[in-house]
Amino acid sequence: MSSKPLDYENLNKNVKECQYAVRGELYLRASELQKEGKKIIFTNVGNPHALGQKPLTFPRQVIALCQAPFLLDDPNVGLVFPADAIARAKHFLSMTSGGLGAYSDSRGIPGVRKEVAEFIERRDGYPSDPELIYLTDGASKGVMQILNAIIRGEGDGVLVPVPQYPLYSATISLLGGTLVPYYLEETANWGLDVNNLRQSVAQARYKGITVRAMAIINPGNPTGQCLSEANLKDVVKFCYQENLVLLGDEVYQQNIYQDERPFISARKVLMDMGPPINKELQLVSFHTVSKGYWGECGQRGGYFEMTNIPPKSVEEIYKVASIALSPNVPGQIFMGLMVNPPKPGDISYERYVRESKAVLESLRKRAHIMTDGFNSCRNVVCNFTEGAMYSFPQIRLPPKAIEAAKKAGKVPDVFYCLKLLEATGISTVPGSGFGQKEGVFHLRTTILPAEEDMPAIMASFKKFNDEFMEQYEDHKGYSRM
Amino acid sequence: MRRFVADKTRNLVRRASTCSPTCPVSPRPHHPPSLLSQPTSPPFSSSSPSHPSSITSPLRFLTAAALHPLSFPASPNSMASNYSTTPVTLQSVNPKVLKCEYAVRGEIVTLAQKLEQDLKQNPDSHPFDEIIYCNIGNPQSLGQQPITFFREVLALCDHPAILDRSETQGLFSADAIERAFQILDQIPGRATGAYSHSQGIKGLRETIAAGIAERDGFPADPNDIFLTDGASPAVHMMMQLLIRSEKDGILCPIPQYPLYSASIALHGGTLVPYYLDEATGWGLEISELKKQLETAKSNGVCVRALVVINPGNPTGQVLAEDNQCEIVEFCKNEGLVLLADEVYQENIYVPDKQFHSFKKVSRSMGYGEKNISLVSFQSVSKGYYGECGKRGGYMEVTGFSPEIREQIYKVASVNLCSNISGQILASLVMNPPKVGDESYESYTGEKDGILSSLAKRAKTLEDALNSLEGVTCNRAEGAMYLFPRIDLPHKAIKAAEAAKTAPDAFYARRLLDATGVVVVPGSGFGQVPGTWHFRCTILPQEDKIPAIVSRLTEFHKKFMDEFRD
Repeated sequence: MSSKPLDYENLNKNVKECQYAVRGELYLRASELQKEGKKIIFTNVGNPHALGQKPLTFPRQVIALCQAPFLLDDPNVGLVFPADAIARAKHFLSMTSGGLGAYSDSRGIPGVRKEVAEFIERRDGYPSDPELIYLTDGASKGVMQILNAIIRGEGDGVLVPVPQYPLYSATISLLGGTLVPYYLEETANWGLDVNNLRQSVAQARYKGITVRAMAIINPGNPTGQCLSEANLKDVVKFCYQENLVLLGDEVYQQNIYQDERPFISARKVLMDMGPPINKELQLVSFHTVSKGYWGECGQRGGYFEMTNIPPKSVEEIYKVASIALSPNVPGQIFMGLMVNPPKPGDISYERYVRESKAVLESLRKRAHIMTDGFNSCRNVVCNFTEGAMYSFPQIRLPPKAIEAAKKAGKVPDVFYCLKLLEATGISTVPGSGFGQKEGVFHLRTTILPAEEDMPAIMASFKKFNDEFMEQYEDHKGYSRM
Repeated sequence: MRRFVADKTRNLVRRASTCSPTCPVSPRPHHPPSLLSQPTSPPFSSSSPSHPSSITSPLRFLTAAALHPLSFPASPNSMASNYSTTPVTLQSVNPKVLKCEYAVRGEIVTLAQKLEQDLKQNPDSHPFDEIIYCNIGNPQSLGQQPITFFREVLALCDHPAILDRSETQGLFSADAIERAFQILDQIPGRATGAYSHSQGIKGLRETIAAGIAERDGFPADPNDIFLTDGASPAVHMMMQLLIRSEKDGILCPIPQYPLYSASIALHGGTLVPYYLDEATGWGLEISELKKQLETAKSNGVCVRALVVINPGNPTGQVLAEDNQCEIVEFCKNEGLVLLADEVYQENIYVPDKQFHSFKKVSRSMGYGEKNISLVSFQSVSKGYYGECGKRGGYMEVTGFSPEIREQIYKVASVNLCSNISGQILASLVMNPPKVGDESYESYTGEKDGILSSLAKRAKTLEDALNSLEGVTCNRAEGAMYLFPRIDLPHKAIKAAEAAKTAPDAFYARRLLDATGVVVVPGSGFGQVPGTWHFRCTILPQEDKIPAIVSRLTEFHKKFMDEFRD
């Protein structure tokens, strides 16, 4: 037998081409080092609980009760669980047919979708239709479902920010489509310039690509910027003029660390703009329980909301969702809890507020410590993390370092990040995994290590960076840029 | 609209030209005409037998358009025209999405949901007081209770803060508390809210591997296990790896579970059907596999894998060990990946049959890593546990090179990881309480109760179906379904044609309207052309079965009275 179906050369080429840096070379090396006994600080994935963030108590109580509904009849249940958690567990179980153990509607439990719609209405001031909200196993699955509906072949392009979260590049290559990059402007605080967008679309069209959709990540991953209302308006207008579906990745909407630009949803901006655009622009917005002060990554809960998608296309998306039967039910209930947390007057309200505030305030402090730390380092510049969970400093690598990287057969920022890992145990993701302008190098870290560890981590980074720059820099001055 | 028509025409022409050699009109004079002499003809025919079409045929596309007024724009005045210039319309949605079908949640189910709403508003609106969903293997939605021990452990893992409290001991069994501690200790930082390794938590994979080794008597490697959100995403992942274009084919049983046809369509490959022999209890003949493989090859299709569902869905047969040996030998000789859907491994209802995993069979034949590429799928949704809502499952991947393993890992990592609760549950079903554990007795009591009740229900329904005029039904040796064949009278077939629907869909719809019982027409699974079936789960609670039997019997009698030739 010469050639087997899953020999490497016989593999689907879309699979081979797909790249997912967040769990790539650096991560694998870090895991190896960890096995060898080295202490590794994983800042490669936005995975708060893995770095010690404690789950909020109330949702965990409700889920535990839903898992073990026989407790609800136990006279002693009140000794361990507060009354509002018990009531909420009953509330969610009554929405299901068969509790956590039964497949739900493929779009998610109708009652939960209704609560999501009410949350969206409270947030945006415009009503939302539960029929157009689909619950998913985390936002990633939702993005994949929607891109699958959009991409027909390599002639179809999707506008994706660069730097971007590699879910987009990976999924587009798995589906055999074409990524059309638009560059965020680092010197303008990772702003989004509509002229750049136009250029990107024009270039793609010139190459014969049908540009069909545009993804925005707000707050930005890995770039941490919060888009302004004016900027969002430009994007909406642009998508309308160019006939693109707008994909709004808004999973970090709770993670805001400044007060000038609070989160505003693409949907609200669209609705504010009035007719005809609010009735026509196709928009899909994504959310998750993995981020925010919840950080419940392991639950795989999320949703997407469709705006102005024709009913027949919605049906098709439903059909594809139905092949996966249903999203996991505990994750759906987490989503229900997230959009409808304890209210003033509830027994658990105070605790819930205390816990969630503590998480957010600490993240805000960490965002500052990290940005300031990076900016105090030689040849490092870093925009402030306005939102999300990441810091994305630019590392101005001296020519000698770039040469050394080439000799080692590494991309320069991979070279730098590997050295950083070996020297300090800090596991980051090189900027090349997210895309960046040519000749410019970055790395991404999360801002998630515990607040008390942060000063030591930044000191250790600074020490490494000083030594690295000392080793590779000519003393004639800074490298280019 | 004009562009749509032009595109569609071009599409059809292209498809017609690529598939015409596979379209089975070519006569085979040396074969006597029997059911099995036409297996290359349409397995998924939803049209009348006089208009055969196949999953790859352009005709089917048109038939589907006629059948689903909801999903295709009927006229330029339809609602879709409001959206005609937007980027995602039915005309411009990915055609692979349009093409795939998943009957288990199709038209009949949508109608059932509507009837259920009617009943809520007015309990007298229909001649029955509730909808009984026999369309889907979703046991807990029909009242099956979860296994207490599993749920205790899951609850504790979801809320570890109470593990140390003394009150907790009054609410949970001691071994559940102990197991929760064990599991949490396997999770870095005890963080059940964190993404795990993309293959799943290492410690849980070790538990699962140990469970497989105990089941098979052959070792299993935790690095071969990929935990997934139910078995379906695992199947998708393998299709994604295998299918490069429509020239790549996957051998699938007919009748089959439509996850396979749907996921092959979504990934743009070709389903190569092989027919199970209804007359021999849905037997799987190697000669049939060979024949279909050769036919596909001669049509330029590169066949890459064989799907075997054991116990069978929708057909309920359990493969005999020597039959499995032949299948393994066939895959080895032909260089095919064996995709073994073994999600019903705990659902066996007859004393003369036993489940044997393909891993065990191939290892007992002396075939190891280097000889056969095998993927075995398992799920927490089936068995006696029936925990569908958890979306837990795994695949055990053996006989692949490290570089392929890396590629599978990469694809898994794009989705980060499967849900943790489902991962924990997968480890529990592969390592349930043992003799001597505090929960052992309640666990075996619950498990045996569920399995013996399922066996009884299967038998009662099978007997009832076999007593109906023109209905024959093989026994459900395993899994959760019966798949009776109905000899529909010509008059019924004519009536179905007039209603522009497949005859078995027509029957299923009438059944729903009259009794509230939801079944899935056989055309959703594929069947020998000209035969008609439906799939019915054996999952309604035992006390409901007599009523279902009498309603079904009464309906069938009336139906035959109306249409008997």
